Parts: sequence; C-alpha cells; structure tokens
Amino acid sequence: MRYESPTTIKEVVGLLKKERGKAFVLAGGTDLLVGMKLGMIEPDLLVDIKHIPAMRTVKTSKTGFRIGAAVSCAELGEHKAMKKAWPGVVEAANLIGSDQVQGRCTVVGNLCNASPAADSVPALIAAGAKAVIVGADGRRTIAVENIATGPGKTCLKKGEVIEAITLPNQTKTSGDAYLRFTPRTEMDIAVVGVGINLTLEKGLVSKARVVLGAVAPTAITVPEAAEALIGTKVDKKALENLAAACSAACRPIDDKRGSAEYRTRIAGVMAVRAAKIAFKRAGSAA
Amino acid sequence: MTDSTLVSTTINGDSIEFACPNDETLLDALRNRVGLTGVKEGCGTGDCGACSVTLDGRLVCSCLVLGVEASGREVGTVEGLTTNGELHPLQEKFIEHAALQCGVCTPGFLVAAKALLDKNPDPSETEIRYALAGNLCRCTGYDKIVRAVQATAKDMRKAKKKKG
Ligand SMILES: Cc1cc2nc3c(=O)[nH]c(=O)nc-3n(C[C@H](O)[C@H](O)[C@H](O)COP(=O)(O)OP(=O)(O)OC[C@H]3O[C@@H](n4cnc5c(N)ncnc54)[C@H](O)[C@@H]3O)c2cc1C
Ligand code: FES
Ligand code: FES
Repeated sequence: MRYESPTTIKEVVGLLKKERGKAFVLAGGTDLLVGMKLGMIEPDLLVDIKHIPAMRTVKTSKTGFRIGAAVSCAELGEHKAMKKAWPGVVEAANLIGSDQVQGRCTVVGNLCNASPAADSVPALIAAGAKAVIVGADGRRTIAVENIATGPGKTCLKKGEVIEAITLPNQTKTSGDAYLRFTPRTEMDIAVVGVGINLTLEKGLVSKARVVLGAVAPTAITVPEAAEALIGTKVDKKALENLAAACSAACRPIDDKRGSAEYRTRIAGVMAVRAAKIAFKRAGSAA
Repeated sequence: MTDSTLVSTTINGDSIEFACPNDETLLDALRNRVGLTGVKEGCGTGDCGACSVTLDGRLVCSCLVLGVEASGREVGTVEGLTTNGELHPLQEKFIEHAALQCGVCTPGFLVAAKALLDKNPDPSETEIRYALAGNLCRCTGYDKIVRAVQATAKDMRKAKKKKG
C-alpha cells in the first residue's frame, strides 16, 4: 500500500484519478483503519488530506461557515462561533465516539462513510449544509442530503474529494438541535437520530427542517414533520403531530440495538425532545 | 512504488526515526519498532482505549493512526509520564487507590486522564466518566479509577496553589 500526503487539493485529485487500484482519501481514519483491520478494506493507495492547509480550518465569512474536510470533530467543538450559531451540528459531531475518536474523526468522513446511523449527517442536513466537491473537472457544490445514496454508498465519482462543508449563517430567531438514542450513554451507535432546525417569526415557527437518522438506508428529511411545526408555538398538539409524522416516515432495520417497531416509536419521542430544544434556542437567540 | 516509509518523529520529547510499512498502525510501530510496550492493544478497532497516546497533544487511539502519520509530529506515550524516574501523580494515585488489577488498560487510562487534567484541572465526576468513556477496564469496575483521578486533580490543584 502506498501512502501520500500532498499539500494541495490538486495533487489529491491527480493522485486519486491516476490510481488504477483501490484509492481512498484518508481523513481521521476512524472508519478506514477499522475497515483495514477487519480486512474489509484493502487500499492500494491512501491519500492523507490532513496536510492541506485550507482543509484544516473553519472559516467564517459574511455568508456563513466553511468547515475544512480535515477539521477534527474535537476542533469543531472548540470553535466558539460555530458552537454559538449551530449548537445542534456541533453537538452531533461531538457525539461521535470517545475523546480519542474525537481527536481524529471528521464530519466529512462521517458523511462519506455513509452509515445510515452517522450522527453528524441529520444535523448537517437540517442546517442546510452543502458539500464542496473537487474533481478533475473542477468544483461543484451539492446539498449534503444528496451525498449518501445508500448504506456505504455516495454519489462521489472516482477521483472526487470533498473539500469542505459550508453552512449558512444562522438567523437571530433560529435554533437547531440534534439528539440521538443509544442503548448506552456513550460509545454506541444511534438507534435513532433526529436533527431539527427551526426559524421563528413573531413567536411562531415559520420554517422548519426535520431530519431522521438510523431509520432508513440514508438520513431522511421529513417534510410532513416540518409542516406539523410550521405556524405553531411547538405546543402539545404540534408535538403530537410531529411525532406521528416522524414515526410514519421510518423504514428502519430490525437488529440487536432495537426492533423496527421500537425505532419507529422512539423516532417520534426523540423528535419531540429535539424540537423543544430547537424552539427554545430559536426563541432565546432573539 | 514504496510500501514503506522512513518516519522521523518526536516521541516523549526524543527525536526518533524508524522505517515503517505504510499500512502499519502507530500502535504496532511503537511496540515493535520503537520498543515502547506501554501502549497496549485491546481491540485494535478504537473501542477500548488501551492504545491511547497523544498526537501533537491531542488524545487519540494509536490503533487508528498509521505509523507514517506520526512523521513530523509529537507523540506522547505513558512512558513520558515519569520525570527523571519519578512517577506522575496520576500513577501514584492509581497505585494508592488500587485502580488497577491486570494492568492492561492502565497505560491508556493514565494517558487519557492526563489529557483530561491538562485541559480541565477540576473535573466533576461526570466529566471524568465521560472523558474516560473511551477506555475500557474489565477488572476494576471503574470506581477506583475515577477516585484516583479525582484525588490526583485535588492534589495537583493544591500543589499549584502552594507554588502560587
Ligand atoms: C470507537 C468508534 C466509535 C464511533 N462512534 C461513532 C458514533 O457514535 N457516531 C458516528 O456517527 N460514527 C461513529 N464512529 C464512526 C466514525 O468515527 C465516523 O464515521 C467518523 O466521522 C469518520 O470520520 P474520519 O475522518 O475518521 O473518516 P475516515 O475513516 O478517514 O474516512 C471514512 C470514509 O470517508 C472517505 N472520506 C473521508 N474524507 C473524505 C473527503 N474529504 N472526500 C471524499 N471522501 C472522504 C474515506 O475515503 C473513507 O471511505 C465511530 C468509530 C469508532 C472507531
Ligand atoms: S486497541 Fe486501540 S482502542 Fe482498543
Ligand atoms: S485492570 Fe485489567 S482491564 Fe483494567
């Protein structure tokens, strides 16, 4: 196996494109190295992106945030402006694994690994995040929800690499939240994950995004759940409708962590809890 | 086509060079090439924390880092905890509180606990338990480990105050 650690994105694309064997981008390696250890992945080439300066930083601008693909989740959690604007996204990223894993793992790796239970993905989608993809033909930007196409599968073409994730600025009357349910409190895989982003106008929800993880082959956006909240003060009735819409949208697997029936029910419960947090954040941010 | 790389790195403050196959983990390189056997392999998949080291000051599982990735960086292992042969306060408290039995998890716990105390000299019990959630112990039942870390934090804060 060859290992390359280029310092420009152009070199990354060139190396990936040229490789005849199996080539992988190496970010934090917390999925890749486990796969290699278990013999599930046998790369011919690893291209480490951690030496590319532009990929190592979180940038703030007038239009929002740009999270470099090699920024670890621990670093993201230490970024005050990100934490203030998008607490749900940061909390979701910080739920991944232990402190040891946090020191290495990235949200882009989480996204590209395309596990249905990836924690940061529902929060990113709810926040309206986009992925900046670079390939031999140039750059393209697509919504995060269009990256994963199924368990372990993405829409990235050979030679393509995600350079960064962009997030808009959060408005003063918006708030986001992410909650997951796991059998253990730490170091476990989500049975259900819920990302919610709400915007208020005169105290009522005017915009909502509700995204579920771990209950379908990819994270799913649930427009019916968003509609249940729009025009309301997130009261009891709205929350009941939210829960029902979330449960109705689930197409979960049955496994040792939770039966399909259990996941379906818990999706509603977790959505209610996340909506309350997002509503509070949207209100108190004003 | 090279399958191996000459790695120049700093380990516990010393400059070290070793040749390392590209697909070898830092864990294996530390144990088998550098001869630092404090770092242990429990699982090899990031779950147990027995292989915990610091990389440029950040806590990581060395089983999830390639040896070649240590190039030009600073690695800290349990062997670096002692100064001039004197045990680190954490090591003393682990002994005092009987926070180890078989000892396989201990180097990982010490490195992780030190990383915690470096960041947060006064952690609550909950913070300690969360910070050490990536370290598994199959012998002690954790309470003794948590007590040892609390006791160390207390002593170190006192010592710091005295120094003033
Ligand atoms: C002990 C342990 C606990 C974990 N707990 C959780 C958890 O609670 N929740 C959770 O969601 N996940 C968890 N994970 C899985 C993993 O840590 C996450 O998916 C993590 O975010 C992966 O990021 P990485 O940077 O380490 O990815 P890597 O392993 O570096 O890469 C993962 C995949 O993405 C590709 N890739 C990475 N970056 C790019 C890029 N810029 N462009 C194109 N492709 C790219 C790689 O080629 C690879 O296929 C855990 C893993 C371990 C070992
Ligand atoms: S050996 Fe690395 S975490 Fe278990
Ligand atoms: S003392 Fe034996 S595993 Fe912890």
